[in-house]
Amino acid sequence: MSIDVVGVTKRFKSFTALDNVSLEIRSGELVALLGPSGSGKTTLLRIIAGLDWPDAGAVRFDGEDALDRSVRERNVGFVFQHYALFRHMSVFENVAFGLRVRRGADKLPEAAIRAKVNELLSLVQIDWLAERYPAQLSGGQRQRVALARALAISPRVLLLDEPFGALDAKVRKELRRWLRHLHEELPVTSVLVTHDQEEALELADRVVVMGRGKIEQVGTPADVYDDPATAFVHDFIGETIAFPGLARSGSLYLGDRALGLDAQGLGDGPARILARPHDVEIADPAASPFAGRVLAVRTFGPNRRADVEIANDGGPLVIEAAVPRDQSLDVGTKVGLKPHRYKVFAA
Amino acid sequence: MTGTVVTLTEPHPVRGASEGLPSAVAEAPAYTARAPRPVNTEPVAVRVALTAVALAFLGLFIGLPLVVVFVEAFKHGLGAYLDALVDPDALAAIRLTLLVALISVSANLVFGLVASWAIAKFDFAGKTFLITLIDLPFSVSPVVAGLVYVLLFGAQGLFGSWLQDWDIKIIFALPGIVLATIFVTFPFVARELIPLMQEQGTAEEEAAVSLGASGLSTFFRVTLPNVKWALLYGVLLCNARAMGEFGAVSVVSGHIRGLTNTMPLHIEILYNEYQFVASFAVASLLALLALVTLIAKTILEHRLAEEER
Repeated sequence: MSIDVVGVTKRFKSFTALDNVSLEIRSGELVALLGPSGSGKTTLLRIIAGLDWPDAGAVRFDGEDALDRSVRERNVGFVFQHYALFRHMSVFENVAFGLRVRRGADKLPEAAIRAKVNELLSLVQIDWLAERYPAQLSGGQRQRVALARALAISPRVLLLDEPFGALDAKVRKELRRWLRHLHEELPVTSVLVTHDQEEALELADRVVVMGRGKIEQVGTPADVYDDPATAFVHDFIGETIAFPGLARSGSLYLGDRALGLDAQGLGDGPARILARPHDVEIADPAASPFAGRVLAVRTFGPNRRADVEIANDGGPLVIEAAVPRDQSLDVGTKVGLKPHRYKVFAA
Repeated sequence: MTGTVVTLTEPHPVRGASEGLPSAVAEAPAYTARAPRPVNTEPVAVRVALTAVALAFLGLFIGLPLVVVFVEAFKHGLGAYLDALVDPDALAAIRLTLLVALISVSANLVFGLVASWAIAKFDFAGKTFLITLIDLPFSVSPVVAGLVYVLLFGAQGLFGSWLQDWDIKIIFALPGIVLATIFVTFPFVARELIPLMQEQGTAEEEAAVSLGASGLSTFFRVTLPNVKWALLYGVLLCNARAMGEFGAVSVVSGHIRGLTNTMPLHIEILYNEYQFVASFAVASLLALLALVTLIAKTILEHRLAEEER
């Protein structure tokens, strides 16, 4: 099922959580809403689910207005951040809940409920935990119960709010792969909220980057990483080295010195030149746009970083540059920094 | 807490262990030779003294009176004790007390649940005011509470003549006693439920609704089972207070023997008439209720701790 979000605005008292947000989600795709806390991603998810109502705008499921239907009638599977499992019910009863509360013609006979729940429990690989209570489960197991419970109602949309947020790193990675696999088996339109970019980039068909109640960019994981549309996206996703600069008639300057870099169509004014650390080469100071003294060198795991102090109008600026492991760099030497790929945004 | 004392110099300093380790003592700095002084406990003498003071106080002001009640009740033997209880006026008082408790506890059960559900799960204007209002009976003297009902429903009261026209008796009758009791006991259930419900939040309810449950179904399948022990706890305290309430009921009851006397009022009358054995016999029933409540409360507190996990 496809989801259309059109011009949705939501305010909480004076705080604008969503500011005229529009988004199209295609049938069967897995979309990640990625952003820092307070970016409005959870609010958007809750509005799609019907747990919150927008002040303005429309939400359509397959072209039909969803806002005149309550969460009960929308048939969405919602996986809550802290799972929200029913604490006084066994795992089996948690999963069976959505089937048991059905009334009238939709009501299933007990045998059908048992069969469906058992099928779901084996799908999420926890059939052996059926009689346990939520308090007796590990975080990863609870996560699986929450997912099975949401899938029990054969939802048209699966909405996941920070599904792996409360798990430790190793379990998170495992579950992430498993969820991707599950989505390929069971192609329900899914929307995932996360603040973890790695999670979003690895799992999603498309990533929606959000910041301060607005959508900054929508694209494939490769798009948002390699070709960020805004400075916010560049800063938020992956590591970023930021150089200062000034755009003047299509060229970039630092003070009065021309940097020899393209302003990429930015109008005159202060600029931020953003690059990925691995796209910035440590080079000869005389032949580089930026040059400065090495203050410190740190090595951790496969990475080596150097703090380089470069001159700037408003006083010296320390930049953390990536150093190849085979290159030796002494503290105090003067080095040049040469970005090969970079994006220029207004500062 | 007391088991987790750690000092910086040794992994596990044991009291008096230094005698067994002469070489360690010789090398270690001077301060480790002393027994480690845990920061979170007092010397034995202080602890014993404090415990003794607390126990003596409790024994003197709670334990002793409780014993006296039973001693006085059985002063003239089991026969006199039972005679006092099967006296028609005593039986009527017991029956009335049970009836009043049944009605007022049920009313407060429903009211408390509804109020705490509204307060904990929804946001609305005047929420703080409602919470304050729920606490009001705790801060108002029960006598004043009783008096308010007399001023409202008594013969000279606000609705007095209207009630008389319709021949409805509230004051000096069962409805008045029930009203006064409800007023005095109404914070118990709500006060017990609000913090627990607030802590549990609304996520489980949201999950239930998203799975297709109706509001009512959500309440009975999710909200209510999640607070059942707290609810029972509140009901227990509410009941104990309802049966024992004196001040408010005394004002509205009119002390008509065999008709509007509850157990506490009956006890007072008997005592004032120097029928000590009879008075203490009925009092012993209330004391027994207190003991049962205390035991049930302890069991419930244990369950409650599980609910709060």
